[in-house]
Amino acid sequence: MSLRRPAKNQPENFEFNPSSLEAAKSIVAKYPEGKQQSAVMALLYIAQKQNDNWIPLAAMKYIAKFLNMPYIKVYEVATFYSMYNLSPVGKYFVQVCTTTPCMIRGANKLVEACKEKISENESVLSNDKSCSWMEVECLGACVNAPMMQINDDYYEDLDKEKTLKILDKILNGEKPTPGSYRGRINNEPKNNRKTLMDLKNA
Amino acid sequence: MLKDQDRIFQNLYNDLGPDLTSSQKRGDWVNTKEITDKGRDWIINEIKDSQLRGRGGAGFPTGLKWSFAPKEVGSRPHYLVINGDESEPGTCKDRDILRFEPHKLIEGCLIASYAIQAHVCYIYIRGEYFVDGQKLQAAIDEAYEKKLLGKNAAGTGWDLDIYIHYGAGAYICGEETALLESIEGKKGQPRLKPPFPALIGLYGCPTIINNVETIAVVPTILRRGGKWFASLGREKNTGTKIFCISGNVNNPCNVEEEMNIPLKELIEVHAGGVIGGWDNLQAVIPGGSSMPLIPKDKCETLTMDFDSLMAEKSGLGTAGVVVINKDQDIIKCMARIARFYKHESCGQCTPCREGSGWMWRMLERMAKGEASKDEIEMLGDVTKQIEGHTICAFGEGSSWPVQGLLRHFKDEIKKRNKFDPIVKENKNIPYLVDQHLLDKNA
Repeated sequence: MSLRRPAKNQPENFEFNPSSLEAAKSIVAKYPEGKQQSAVMALLYIAQKQNDNWIPLAAMKYIAKFLNMPYIKVYEVATFYSMYNLSPVGKYFVQVCTTTPCMIRGANKLVEACKEKISENESVLSNDKSCSWMEVECLGACVNAPMMQINDDYYEDLDKEKTLKILDKILNGEKPTPGSYRGRINNEPKNNRKTLMDLKNA
Repeated sequence: MLKDQDRIFQNLYNDLGPDLTSSQKRGDWVNTKEITDKGRDWIINEIKDSQLRGRGGAGFPTGLKWSFAPKEVGSRPHYLVINGDESEPGTCKDRDILRFEPHKLIEGCLIASYAIQAHVCYIYIRGEYFVDGQKLQAAIDEAYEKKLLGKNAAGTGWDLDIYIHYGAGAYICGEETALLESIEGKKGQPRLKPPFPALIGLYGCPTIINNVETIAVVPTILRRGGKWFASLGREKNTGTKIFCISGNVNNPCNVEEEMNIPLKELIEVHAGGVIGGWDNLQAVIPGGSSMPLIPKDKCETLTMDFDSLMAEKSGLGTAGVVVINKDQDIIKCMARIARFYKHESCGQCTPCREGSGWMWRMLERMAKGEASKDEIEMLGDVTKQIEGHTICAFGEGSSWPVQGLLRHFKDEIKKRNKFDPIVKENKNIPYLVDQHLLDKNA
């Protein structure tokens, strides 16, 4: 289990803005009547998105009221799942996978790059407060190892140099292209494709 | 090598585009009505004939699972739930189906829902795959627009709604009952079985849970016949499978191949060989991190299917092949896997919650050479205390890789950890409670 604590400085209030409210209502409609509790995970995402990538306790209380469920149940969910950030992270949130398949292809180099460019320790904001990084468990792109995730996008087949370039772009406010950085399309074996050759680049 | 026309996922590398028009060109959604018109029993029997086994790791026969759903819908509705919480280290096959072959999955959902009489289907996707989930959502929207979903879906007379539910970074939600808890808006902690989800599942209603890949191959099996599928591979291990080859190979890739393919062919032909040559191979994890590793000497002749890997005391699992060459420190690799399990344990059962951290700390010390000699036996004992003493299979998943390491690389650990404890006589250690269960070969 991982230890997760809410941040010390918490805002007083939280409320969905109109677009979040609309999204929340359409999500509640996905589940059968009386089972609106199912929407709690999606609503926490909405709250996280609205609140600069982290969830304050006030948002959990608001969601509890919204879904008519006990606050502790929302708290339970928010602290159980690791993708809910309980304390502020950067606007650009870099997650480096370091589980074995990435590790044996040199994920530690990516961590080094993050330490150089962002901050010495994980979950600490960079100097300009725009970026933070952390090590995470398997992100499910093992054949594209080593890789990292920045906000929603995957950056794959990296090495230290490429990571430094991507982080430079991010810190300059640009958006680097997601996907493989090994010059291949998706998950095909680079220069070694033996299957479905008639369809290749059709 | 499998012939190209026998590959089910023609768009595995996205050469053709995932949209509806190009999917239809590949044969999806063509005469779906003809399939459902043949009736539920025909569908389930055909799947039984194909001997399709679940692709999510456990390898349970899919046709049999479907037949557990109640024959008549009572007061409680039936649900179909698709498990796309792919988090097993070494596995990334479902992601490619979600983003490149979404219509195979959606059509499979319709046919499976019809077979088990469900009107609502939830697809559970891990939160990290948000972008890929959006691509699936786009395909679902497209299908609604073309009347392939919703009321009278694809003209079959069956109503079906599909919703996506995103997870939020919990490996354990790949366990089917934890996944149901998660959809219900709770912590993802597995339930006790029985009752099995087929009778009491989501919201207490009959629920069938299948992996993404399992459902996505269903339409093709029904079109080409269960016999065709059963003719690939070997008895009880039939059909094709997407293998993910990662780690120290020259060209890591996903590839769809026949079951029972030799491991060496997978690595040498498709993945471009081990970095540093075949002789540089140290070990292979054949089916995602939960499966015990296999040392090089056995890799020469190993074939990849459920039963032949079981005979080697390992398993096919999700078919995520992780190749580890001799440049890597094998103890460190396993210590990292143990750290993964320590991080992902849901904390419900004590043996797993405490034991996973215990195994990780011991392995870290062993990797550094700081452990004492008798800790090696103790580590084996800890794995035995976890295995089989937990609600879900996470206990097995976390202890098997460690057992695999002890089975094949004990000498390596012994060589590195020479520290002798002060007490030398043959002790009767009181905390080894199940001494009679100790695997002497472990």
